[in-house]
Amino acid sequence: MIARSSMSPSSARRMRIGGLLRKESLQILRDPSSIAIAFVLPVVLLLIFGYGISLDARKVPTALVIESGSSQTASFAASFAQSPYFDLRPTATRQAAEAALISGDVSAVIVLRSDFSRRLYTPGGAPIQLIVNGSDANTARLMTGYVEGAWVAWLEQLSREEGVSLTPPIVVEPRIWFNAAVRSRDFLVPGLIAIIMTLIGALLTSLVIAREWERGTMEALLVTPVSTSELLLAKLVPYFVLGMGGMILSVVMAILLFDVPFRGSFLALTAASSLFLLTALGMGLLISTVSKNQFVAGQIAIIVTFLPAFILSGFIFDIQSMPTVVQWITHVIAARYFVTILQTSFLAGDLWAVIVPNALALALMAVFFLGITKRKTLKRLE
Amino acid sequence: MWQKIRALVVKELLAVWKDPRSRFVLIGPPIIQLLVFGYAATYDLVDVPIAFYVEDSGGDARDLVARFAGSPIFRPTANLERQSDIARVIDSREVSLVLHIGQNFSRDLAVSQPARVQLIVDGRNSNTALILTGYANTIVRDFNLEWLRQKGERLPPASLVVRSWFNPNLQSRWFIVPGIVALLSLVVTLVVTALSVARERELGTFDQLLVTPLSTAQILLGKSLAPLLIGLVEGTVIVAAAVLWFGVPFLGSLALLYVGLILFLLAVIGVGLTISSLVRTQQQAILGAFLFLVPAVILSGFATPIANMSPAVQPITLINPMRYFLVIVRGLFIQGMSAELVAQQLWPLALIAVVSLTIAGRLFRSRLS
Repeated sequence: MIARSSMSPSSARRMRIGGLLRKESLQILRDPSSIAIAFVLPVVLLLIFGYGISLDARKVPTALVIESGSSQTASFAASFAQSPYFDLRPTATRQAAEAALISGDVSAVIVLRSDFSRRLYTPGGAPIQLIVNGSDANTARLMTGYVEGAWVAWLEQLSREEGVSLTPPIVVEPRIWFNAAVRSRDFLVPGLIAIIMTLIGALLTSLVIAREWERGTMEALLVTPVSTSELLLAKLVPYFVLGMGGMILSVVMAILLFDVPFRGSFLALTAASSLFLLTALGMGLLISTVSKNQFVAGQIAIIVTFLPAFILSGFIFDIQSMPTVVQWITHVIAARYFVTILQTSFLAGDLWAVIVPNALALALMAVFFLGITKRKTLKRLE
Repeated sequence: MWQKIRALVVKELLAVWKDPRSRFVLIGPPIIQLLVFGYAATYDLVDVPIAFYVEDSGGDARDLVARFAGSPIFRPTANLERQSDIARVIDSREVSLVLHIGQNFSRDLAVSQPARVQLIVDGRNSNTALILTGYANTIVRDFNLEWLRQKGERLPPASLVVRSWFNPNLQSRWFIVPGIVALLSLVVTLVVTALSVARERELGTFDQLLVTPLSTAQILLGKSLAPLLIGLVEGTVIVAAAVLWFGVPFLGSLALLYVGLILFLLAVIGVGLTISSLVRTQQQAILGAFLFLVPAVILSGFATPIANMSPAVQPITLINPMRYFLVIVRGLFIQGMSAELVAQQLWPLALIAVVSLTIAGRLFRSRLS
């Protein structure tokens, strides 16, 4: 006590923060649950999501009905069989193929009618009928695109074989930038990191501060000479370190386990991740300060952070196609900005035109959440 | 005996309803999720920003651009002047794709076909990129046919006629919204069941329940019937919302849907009771429920098809009750699935229900004795 009176205010503050930091770190080390949330949860979630979520339709079971065979239908079947997208199942009749479509055994049916070969060179041309199961609209659209691609390839082959010119007037040359192989995992896994870190950041702090309120130790802390900012800082730093640990783990898994290319710089990624983690931890702090109860805090953390991050961040569903009102809402979802940064730095590289504005938005949100938390904590004192 | 069980069920329902937190779990998340999923979770693309970089002043180039600009899928945002602008607008995500028509376009079209146009697509979301490429191909295919017809040239010998069954306009909502029936019944029922015993343990009232004249089996029955009723009500509300609010057609048999729902809920209740018997506090129950929910939802085919998952993961989905119920709900909603096909999904559900309820019963007995 005597020593303290002779201390300068700044060194006293350093000591207070140092003491608080030690207390928080000890608490983390003694209760393994936060370490589990920071390191085990990301690994488990990334494994489940990374292997469970994919939009790449490969080897789609497809019934092929050839009502009367000829050399042309054979070349058609051979051309389609080469495509990696179809698992062709020759089916005798149209009825059988349609029954298989209804029962879900096949996702699409291709029918070459009995007059196919005869009508090939008539003015109207021969129809190739494609019936897709539209229940899953996305897969149905992808399938239609694949069939169209295979159809064009077959036409070219046919024109070579038969020695006639069938070149279409215009040909599209698609160049898919950043992901030439169009692997959905390459964009899903970076997005998943944002979703998982949203959940973990919020869960880490929301449960912890709520516990202090619940046990009454928060009041005890607030009557010490520690200021609110110092208290929040001491709460933030250890969980920030834990969260960054989880983040690094996720990035390493993405690169080594899921083979996602990383074209940006780790420096930019670290800076953006720090800002995002501050936002997520700030959200957790706010949730716990408002709810003051571990049960409610955990519930809110899952509902407010996880679900919106999954649906409204643009990680899987395209934001531009959402209704206008919903698009506005996405602007308050922190994960939205982080998903954009992650997808860009993994697939495209350090594109500052993307990274800087999104990082600024994250910084703004971090300041907002931490500021509100500080005010709410002060209010609780009165 | 039934009277005693009924008293327990009424008590359970009241306990859930009177507690503001549990009431929130019943009402809050379902409404939020229904709205969020119903409106935001869609793979359908509209108003996608597109830029044009046209170096050719011919009429055909103008016509092709007009076809892209007139499509409801695309929203023209810019006409680029320089090649280097392409990277700028794509990198910054200002546009999702750029149509580049080179200066030789008109000449190639007239003299040495094919004339080539480049489509530069932002591949950061590869699914969107694929769908957009598909749309662009369709527009160009239509342009080609029209052009050949006008010039009186020979049309391609075979044409593609595409029809989509069950969902002719390919609306993602018809796929996602019926799935929410399964998702929300799962979430609510699991949380309610997992919490019911944990709450009694925490409050110390479980011991009181044990000294009542009710047998363990009767207690378990009461603890299962209450969540079953809650899940049925929740499911009914969402089915109604799907049909009346979101306008998704329901073509199948309602009776079959309820048979499926009951078996699904029983399987979920078995899991919930198992969690309940293993944990001591409500918080552990919530975490336990969450740890089951995430893989159950992801590995069910709710958001992305099971067929797309890694081959190593696909067998795991076989023990997931949601997988079977999703097929039933979606099938009954938009495909009008036959009883025979529904039955193929019902028996695995029934099997999972029997197994999970048996495990829960065993665990309870062993923990009590």
